[in-house]
Amino acid sequence: MLQADVVIIGAGAVGTAIARELSKYVLKVILVDKNEDVGGDASKSNSAIIHTGFDASPDTLESQLVVSANPMYDQITKELDIPFKRIGAILTAVTQEEFSLLNKIKEKAYKNRVYDVDYLSPQAIKALEPEVTDKVLGGLYIPRESIIDPFLLVIAQAENAVENGVKILLSTMVTDITVKNGQVQFVKTNQGTIQTKFVINAAGLFCDKIAEIVGLCNFKEHPRKGQFYVLDKNVPYKVNRIILPVPTKLTKGKLACPTIHGNLLIGPTAEELEDRFDKAVTAQGLQEVIEGVRKLVPKISKEDAIKQYCGLRPVRTPEGYHIEAYKEVKGFIGISGIRSTGVTSSVAVARYVTNVLNNEGLDLIPKPDFNPYRIGIKKFSELSDKEKEQLIKENPKYGHVICRCETVTEAEIVEAIRRPVGAKSMDGIKRRVRAGMGRCQGGFCSSRVLDILSRELNIPAEKVTKNEAGSELVIGKIR
Amino acid sequence: MLGLQYDVVVIGGGPAGLAAAISAKTEGVNHVLVIERDRALGGILQQCIHPGFGLKLFGEELTGPEYANRFIRQIKQLGIEALLDTMVLSISKDKKIICVSQEKGLHKISAGAIVLAMGCRERTRDAIGIPGTRPAGIYTAGMVQRLINIQGYMVGKKVVIMGSGDIGMIMARRLTLEGVEVKAVVEILPYVSGLTRNKVQCLDDFDIPLCLSHTVINIKGQRRVDGVTIAKVGKDMFPIAGTEQDIACDTLLLSVGLIPENELSKTIDIEINDVTQGPVVNQKMETSLEGIFACGNVVHVNDLVDNVTIESQIAGKFAAWYAMKHANQSGKKLLNVCFGENVRYVVPHKIAVENPQEDVTLYFRVKEPAENARIYIQSGHEILKKEKRIKVRPGEMESIHIDGKMLESLNGDMTISVRKGGESQ
Ligand SMILES: Cc1cc2nc3c(=O)[nH]c(=O)nc-3n(C[C@H](O)[C@H](O)[C@H](O)COP(=O)(O)OP(=O)(O)OC[C@H]3O[C@@H](n4cnc5c(N)ncnc54)[C@H](O)[C@@H]3O)c2cc1C
Ligand SMILES: Cc1cc2nc3c(=O)[nH]c(=O)nc-3n(C[C@H](O)[C@H](O)[C@H](O)COP(=O)(O)OP(=O)(O)OC[C@H]3O[C@@H](n4cnc5c(N)ncnc54)[C@H](O)[C@@H]3O)c2cc1C
Repeated sequence: MLQADVVIIGAGAVGTAIARELSKYVLKVILVDKNEDVGGDASKSNSAIIHTGFDASPDTLESQLVVSANPMYDQITKELDIPFKRIGAILTAVTQEEFSLLNKIKEKAYKNRVYDVDYLSPQAIKALEPEVTDKVLGGLYIPRESIIDPFLLVIAQAENAVENGVKILLSTMVTDITVKNGQVQFVKTNQGTIQTKFVINAAGLFCDKIAEIVGLCNFKEHPRKGQFYVLDKNVPYKVNRIILPVPTKLTKGKLACPTIHGNLLIGPTAEELEDRFDKAVTAQGLQEVIEGVRKLVPKISKEDAIKQYCGLRPVRTPEGYHIEAYKEVKGFIGISGIRSTGVTSSVAVARYVTNVLNNEGLDLIPKPDFNPYRIGIKKFSELSDKEKEQLIKENPKYGHVICRCETVTEAEIVEAIRRPVGAKSMDGIKRRVRAGMGRCQGGFCSSRVLDILSRELNIPAEKVTKNEAGSELVIGKIR
Repeated sequence: MLGLQYDVVVIGGGPAGLAAAISAKTEGVNHVLVIERDRALGGILQQCIHPGFGLKLFGEELTGPEYANRFIRQIKQLGIEALLDTMVLSISKDKKIICVSQEKGLHKISAGAIVLAMGCRERTRDAIGIPGTRPAGIYTAGMVQRLINIQGYMVGKKVVIMGSGDIGMIMARRLTLEGVEVKAVVEILPYVSGLTRNKVQCLDDFDIPLCLSHTVINIKGQRRVDGVTIAKVGKDMFPIAGTEQDIACDTLLLSVGLIPENELSKTIDIEINDVTQGPVVNQKMETSLEGIFACGNVVHVNDLVDNVTIESQIAGKFAAWYAMKHANQSGKKLLNVCFGENVRYVVPHKIAVENPQEDVTLYFRVKEPAENARIYIQSGHEILKKEKRIKVRPGEMESIHIDGKMLESLNGDMTISVRKGGESQ
């Protein structure tokens, strides 16, 4: 039987950040997830913004964690070798009502100790962002709102955690937790049992289900759906910063935001749902996104879309972040309500939870040989000609372009598969090296990536999946 | 970095690139190079193993590879060089090309003239925004054509095809022959968008249901597609409530249009036409940048490869002339070829009239099908030419011949329009 000091349930942003944080100490840590890859559910379908917390409700756990997480990203993204840009946001008022709300929002920011928020005149906004509507009446500038690649954030932390001794079990669903004498004893999964003293419930939208297992569920989670469009890199309107709407009583509005890879992201909707598996985009939702965002940037057109997607925010009732070590069940640490800011807060949640564990009696002895650094997969498309030449000399597969839209080479794809926590599916490749993320959406490269996956994983093509088992791409050879 | 120099460099080794290279060489330039990112020459034709190519040019029905091979043989005979497995990464206005391959690494090529022949890509589910879940089992038709015909994989058992473009209809037949159940071909327009001959030979002959004026409004299934919802559309192209119909299937194939692949062209600000999404060209197939030519699907999406070949021969010839510094005719006038009633686009977009001027063929597509149609070529109110067609359809490219003498004497832009028979001007 597997044994661990700590078992973390859920390899999304939160669970993975905790795993990396705990890998700094002399501990046996196991991270489990029901999915075939790390990356979580909500954590792979969001706006990819590292918030400052300027608009959080003051004096809540959420505001404290988000506000303290933001400054951590300069260092963390350097350690993990992942892209991160402090591009700043402009909260843009286009109606009198919205304009009249700016002052309150600025006060809130100050209460959250985000003191670098400042007024911008319409002229100043137009000078910074010429594509913003002429109707703009003014706005707030929030300089430290930033963008990140949320897939790489999670994958890089997972890789680094493994490098420092964490064990990750994927396609592993937690089905039961055994408690003996008021103390956590076993975590049961569809792949076997793990003996442990501590369990951390970072199961996102399903954290209430896990809490129910140990009989500690006085709350409920439900999904709040958000739909998005990703637009082509070559749109004839350039947006340089995150353009935020002013939330009103009626609507939270839709934002427009450059992605770290140079596309434009627009959305999201906010739809309360019952069904935790409803990840369908709808004509109505997408229409709402377009109409909403065009109030801020009128030139945006759905003709420029290369992709639609949607994510489910884990919303708690009663609402808000909640982290607790339960007296009734010693060793069970519950995390819930990590709704729309969890990518940002994850790294602070990880520190917070580590402290909770310490208070609960877990000894934290720093590992002398902890290595905070992870080296990313070299991106052929971003190198200079000299570097490209050198790389091809070392590994000719760097001379073989597989994804033509994003210029991804065979060498990058092979490395994505061979790494610790390697890609096992088309989506896994896509999230690690972007093959298939471009304007042709894999029309050209999927059939080639399929063969590479089959070769590298040594499985027949009909076993290669888009993501989970059951999502195979081909059914076999033709007759 | 390895540096090479050629008179004419052709980017793309499909039928367009091949024909351009051959014609450039026959015009008398010494060093012609074709760069192709795939393992073999032939472009999209490699995966088109059905017959139907070459009727116009050779008077016989060849398969795609057979058609391509006629040109590949000539390439070899003429000693034209080809770099395979080589991807062009960038081009510059001064005609320097950077490409990459496993064998040669990064290398730079200087060209006297460039011919762009990069073909096109397929429109995707996301480009047209079909609502629903995102499971496996959604493919573009050309991708499936490649999976089946080149890689030998079967993709599913029950298929719905969205769009009645040629590739969609050809794949409907191909899948049926492989024992797959093609549940329906769903087309939003009230008529098929591909060639009539493909409707007859690929759908009618195999009793494949064709749902015109219908579209897919939802995709279902968590991991693999398990069905789609289709609905009838009104004149405004919006789904009509109450006409929804579920079809169980494990695969959705999209044949919803092709987009010229002009990412390279755009990086050097070549003028792109809004309708064709390809470079604006004159009758020599020269783009807005001198010495850079374009032909084939990169200019506008063709339904017949024979037309691609003809137009590419022109591009190759003039690229060669440019590289050999044939005197540019002085005092040439530039005419715009405009389009009027029921014409979606026309190629070439411009004519640089010379003295003497050769005859020019205009290729165009209509917006709507029409019977007993009259094609008018006008300059202002003056009718320069009039021709009859029994039938015109958007899926079938039309052409009309323009006399060089007439162009020489012309003083203003030219407009092409298509009107119903019987209407007088
Ligand atoms: C539309 C939208 C926009 C957003 N925008 C932003 C933003 O711009 N910035 C920001 O900071 N945040 C944003 N968020 C919020 C953020 O995405 C989430 O708060 C965060 O991803 C939550 O991370 P998580 O790790 O808690 O959950 P998840 O990523 O959902 O991970 C939970 C994991 O637990 C696993 N799991 C569940 N049950 C079990 C089980 N029984 N056994 C094993 N594993 C299990 C799941 O498989 C999953 O992998 C947005 C969210 C949405 C939906
Ligand atoms: C599926 C399908 C079925 C068809 N069926 C018929 C039919 O039955 N009868 C008929 O007459 N016509 C048919 N056609 C039409 C006709 O064959 C095409 O219009 C014609 O192949 C277009 O030729 P092309 O050379 O412009 O493009 P392609 O054949 O697409 O060639 C373009 C080439 O450029 C290469 N390339 C692109 N970018 C780069 C780069 N950066 N570096 C290096 N190389 C690059 C590509 O790899 C490709 O080989 C069909 C077309 C398709 C797509």
